[in-house]
Order: sequence, then structure tokens, then C-alpha cells
Amino acid sequence: MASGRGLRAAILSLLLLALFVGAWQLATGGGAGAAADVDPEYAKLIGKEAASGGKSAMPSPADVVKKIWNHVVDPFYDRGTNDKGIGIQLAYSIARVLGGYLLAALFAIPLGFLIGMSPLVYRALDPFIQVLKPISPLAWMPLALYTIKDSSTSSVFVIFICSVWPMLINTAFGVASVRKEWLNVARTLEVGPLRKAFTVILPAAAPTIMTGMRISIGIAWLVIVAAEMLVGGTGIGYFVWNEWNNLSIANIITAILLIGLVGMLLDQLLARLARAVTYPE
Amino acid sequence: MSSFDNPFDPKVTLGRTGCACGQHESQERHDAEVVELQRQRQLQLQTVAASEEARCGRAVEGAVVRALFPRESTRRRFLHAVGAGTALAAIEHFFPLGKARDAFAETKGKIEKTDLKVGFIPITCATPIIMAHPMGFYRKHGLNVEVVKTAGWAVIRDKSLAKEYDAAHMLSPMPLAISLGVGSNAIPWTMAAVENINGQAITLAMKHKDKRDPKQWKGFKFAVPFDYSMHNYLLRYYVAEAGLDPDKDIQIRAVPPPEMVANLRAENLDGFLGPDPMNQRAVFDGVGFIHILSKDIWEGHPCCAFTASKGFAAEMPNTFAALLKAIIDATAFATKAENRKQIAEAIAPANYLNQPVTVVEQVLTGTFADGLGKVQKVPNRIDFDPFPWQSFAVWILTQMKRWGQIKGDIDYKRVAEEVFLATDAAKLMKEVGMTPPAATYKPFKVMGKAFDPAKPEDYINSFAIKRA
Repeated sequence: MASGRGLRAAILSLLLLALFVGAWQLATGGGAGAAADVDPEYAKLIGKEAASGGKSAMPSPADVVKKIWNHVVDPFYDRGTNDKGIGIQLAYSIARVLGGYLLAALFAIPLGFLIGMSPLVYRALDPFIQVLKPISPLAWMPLALYTIKDSSTSSVFVIFICSVWPMLINTAFGVASVRKEWLNVARTLEVGPLRKAFTVILPAAAPTIMTGMRISIGIAWLVIVAAEMLVGGTGIGYFVWNEWNNLSIANIITAILLIGLVGMLLDQLLARLARAVTYPE
Repeated sequence: MSSFDNPFDPKVTLGRTGCACGQHESQERHDAEVVELQRQRQLQLQTVAASEEARCGRAVEGAVVRALFPRESTRRRFLHAVGAGTALAAIEHFFPLGKARDAFAETKGKIEKTDLKVGFIPITCATPIIMAHPMGFYRKHGLNVEVVKTAGWAVIRDKSLAKEYDAAHMLSPMPLAISLGVGSNAIPWTMAAVENINGQAITLAMKHKDKRDPKQWKGFKFAVPFDYSMHNYLLRYYVAEAGLDPDKDIQIRAVPPPEMVANLRAENLDGFLGPDPMNQRAVFDGVGFIHILSKDIWEGHPCCAFTASKGFAAEMPNTFAALLKAIIDATAFATKAENRKQIAEAIAPANYLNQPVTVVEQVLTGTFADGLGKVQKVPNRIDFDPFPWQSFAVWILTQMKRWGQIKGDIDYKRVAEEVFLATDAAKLMKEVGMTPPAATYKPFKVMGKAFDPAKPEDYINSFAIKRA
């Protein structure tokens, strides 16, 4: 029964995709009809659509598929500082995200632990966290560029600052809401504080911490694209900006699809990890 | 064809009418041909600077051989007897020809740092900075320069201030603004050479085809690349001459060049005074038309600048001189109309401007479609003259004051002379075979109105519309 529903869902997904692509093809396919009578010398100097009196059009699905294929067969080319393959660009972005993210985890999880264990620290730090949390990470960018004086480190910093809050809050929350009975059992058994932290609190809080980490990676991946569009240089965000500069919509659509795909993979990875640490109550 | 046909089947025709240029049956074939052509051009280009170098080398060899064999007949007999190759080897054996060649190429002093980073914005104003890379002008002067595309003027300023770039492409008012501390911390900055003169335009959206008189532009939304740009001052000047107050009657926004065409297309803008190739790109995409070239506002106005911090110029004088010489050398090459097509092909690829070659070519050659169905021929639509006239700086300062960007008294002459390095540029221009002007100030006309660099305050006071 369940597999039957899965199959039907897959068929429905495919149908929706076909419908979307079909509508796209219809919307972009027509229109290139009678060319207006323009001077051939003039027509040579302007784009195909402009020559027939219109504006340059959205690319059709076929154009995009072709672009994607071009990128897929040669993802790692390097034709100079400003023209690298999409695979290299993605690798730069992923490296930056992982760098900032791991730093954030190293910082947020121990700190969240402390905050969660002590209600006093929790209350004292709460106002700072509440103010800092809603700041758009990109708002940090000018400040980061100004103080760090290195654009690549600045983008890692921005990833750090955006992924630190969900992890911090979730860790603190997870640690604070460990069941009282378990802590009491630990106390009656006279377990040392370090052992209590690692064998009782950490496993109990792990699912909540993992949820925070999963939220963080999603945000980090959202932010890196914007940060790289702002700073330029390398990365998938730079690729989007560079192709925007060229008004190459087909390339931008390719990049959008890839960004979605990589984001999904990162999320799935964290979901796997989260499943590994959950426990039945 | 339908979208379900196999796009990898060579027999299937993709797209509506083949490739983008219409001369190939498929986009793939078109792309393949373009790539092949680019590769060939690349090879040819690299030889441009190299052949110059070879000529210098031959001059050195000639001098040595002449010294060894003062009599022409002896030289010929010697060469006949042993052959040119053996002769060269023999001479090289006791005379370090290679060293002599190098010594000749290296004009003076050792270069302190050969690996440099230079930032640029992908517009045709950066032509000398960009072309010096694929065409080998940096290499010719002993430098290994990485040219880095940058997202916007604020970013290029911050990266330069952070010393991530050794030198950078900026708008010519920017080094003045940075030195004065307007819009950033005051850091002594220098403008070593003018990148280009002219080369900008006012582009209007297609729907304003009939509103060619600026008096009809009340309520229009315009874009300029940056607050401290010639574009901003020229647009303000142009509309103010037509009686419109640029702060009240129209809206001027700072929009990065790449976003200008997209915004014009989305009808967020009525027009822009922007750098090329964006004007030509708007025409290419059927989004706008070229209302007026900036050269018709001020013939020979400076636009972008090659700049570096004063610290860099002082700490590494030889590197700075070599870099500036490479830029001036490239600029000299770009002044010649017959080289422009070749340059367009060198700077159009994705690594540099990332624009269709035909768009860049129209900008550089001045034979262009104006968006209204006519082909115009304006050879000096964009031109190149590296000399940083200090009177340009004074004019820019008057406009900064006129529109309230700077307040109070300014020592025009002192600022102009500290930032615009006319003496260095003049010396290096001579070394690459150009003739620099003797003076560093000259009067000029903007829209028919004379500007006297000796009387900047009178000039500001002569305008009816001003903020000062």
C-alpha cells in the first residue's frame, strides 16, 4: 500500500514537472515570427530579438538543458582568475560554508552547554542573543570587510555568524530541558560532573542539538550565495553575479538548480546524522 | 522541435533558429567555433607584446655585432663562413648577450614584488587594465599580474583599502574622495593614469523614444554607477543645464553597472548614464536606446582611473613604475583605431568582461547601432589618453562642492597635484613613445561653457542650480 502511494506520488511529481516545463516552453517558444524590416547592417549589430523589434527573451527549457549539459561535461575547467568551471565554484562555496559552519559548531555547542546548565548565565546572555540573532548576516559584511580586511575570511565570518545562533539556542534549550529525573538519578549515583555531561546530558540533548545544526546548515547555504554575490572573486554566488552581468539567464537557471541540489544534499546529510542520534523515549 | 527531443542528437535542430549569430545550424557548433577562434586569437594576442620584446632584443644583438665587426664586409664574411647560429653561439660564449637583452628591457632598479593583484569592474573603461593581461603587457614589463573582477565600486574601494589589491580600477573622482575622506576614511590615494576618456552614454528606455528633450524628463528615475563618479556629475550637469534640479526633479540612484540593463528592462529605471558596454548591451537586448554619448556633453572628459595607494607607490617605486608603464603601454596600443577590434576580442571572454564580442566591438570601434534603427559612426566614442590632467581634478572638485558632497574651503590646486600624478605619467609616457603635454592644467568646455581651472570658485558660483 505504502509503496503504491510512493509510486503514485512519483508519477504525480513527474507530471507536475512536465506540466511546468511544457508551460515554460510554450511561454518562451512563440513570438519569433516575422522580422521587422531593418537594415541588415544594423541587424548584425544587435541581438536576434532586438532585430525583430522585441526584447531579448527568456531562454527555453531546451536552451537551459544544453547549458546544463555544457557545465556537466566540463565542470572543472580553469581559464584564468575570473573564469572557472562550475564544479570549482561550487567547491569554493562548499569549503567556505563548511569552514564557517564548523567554527560555529566548535564555538556554539560548548557555549550552549554552559548556558543550558546554568540558568543564571542563560538569563544574563539572553538579551544579547535576542538582539544579535535577528540581524541579517549580510549586514555584517561591510563591518567584516572593514575589520578583517580580507574578503574570503569575511565571507567565512558571515557564515559563522549566521549559523552560530540556531546551534547556540538549540544546544542551550536541549541541555536545559533534560529530564529532571535523569539528572536526579545521576546525582543519587554520585556521577562526577564531567561524566554527567558526557553520558547523561549530551546524549539526551543530542537530537535537539542536531536540529539546530540542521537549521544552521540550511541558513549557511542560503547566505553564502548572497555573500559571494556581494564580494565576488570565487564561488557559486560569484558565478551567478558574473552571469547576471552577462544577462545570461540560462546560466543563472543552471546555477539556481545546482544551488538547490547542493542545499538538499547538505540537508539530507544532517538529517541522516540527526536520525543516528535520536532515541526512543 | 519539442522540448522532449533528445538535445544530444546531432540531427535534431535545437532552439528556434539555430545559434545566436544565425550562421551555424546549432548553438553547439557555434560555441565550438567561437571557442576555437578565441583560442587562436589568444595565441596571436600573446605575440603582440612578445614581438615588441623581440624587436628590443634584436636591437641589442645588432649593437653587439656592430661593435665586434665595425666593418660591414668583415661581418658578412664571418657570418658566411660559420653560419648565423654558430656565430650567435660563439658571441654568446664570451659576451653575455642574454644579460644585455635583459638589462635593456629592465629600464631601472629591481622590481620589489612581481606577483600583483589588480582589481577591475567589468566595463570597457577598464580596457587598458584588462587587455594588458591577455595581450602580455604586464609580462613584458616583468610583472605577473592577476586581474580580478570585482562586484562593485564600494567593494573595489574596500578591497583596495584593505590592501587585498595592489592597484585598482576606480572612477576618477574616487581617489579624490578617498584622499579627502569623503565616504570613507581619509587615506592618501593616487591616480596614476586616466584609463579612458569619453566612452559613456545616456541610455533611455524604449518607451521614451519621443522624449528626447531633457526638459520632458521630470520625475524620471536615473541610475549612475556610484555617487563619486563622472557619470553622476555629468548627468547632474546635463539636466541642470536644461533647468531641472537633479535632486528634486529627477531621482538619481547608484546602481552597479551590471544591474542597470536588468533594471531598465524591468522598467524600474527610465534611463541611466552608465559606462559601456552597458549602453550598447541595452541596445543589443532591445531594452533601450542611446540618447546621447557623454562626449557630446564634454568632449574628452576623463572617466575611469588607474589608482594605487600612496603607500604602495612610495614603498615599491620600481614595481609601481613597471605597473604604470605596462598600463600606459597598453593605453598607447589602445589609442590606435586599427587595434581596437583585436582588443575587443581579447577582453570580451568570460574571464574578463563576459559580453558578446559584437557589443564590445561596437563600443571600441565606434560603429554602433543606436537602438533607433540607425548605424552611427563615431570613432572617438571611447578614447584612451593616460595623462591625468590636474585641471580634470579641479573640475571634479568643483562639482563635488557644487552638489554638496564636500563643504567648506578646498585648496583645489594642492589636492589636485597630490592625487593626480601627472609628472610620473608624463615620464613614463615618454618612455613608451608617447608625447605628454607640457602643462598639467588646461581650460576646456563642458556643454559649451568654458571652465578655467584657475578660478574654481567663480565657476561654482556661475551655476544657477547648486547646493553649495
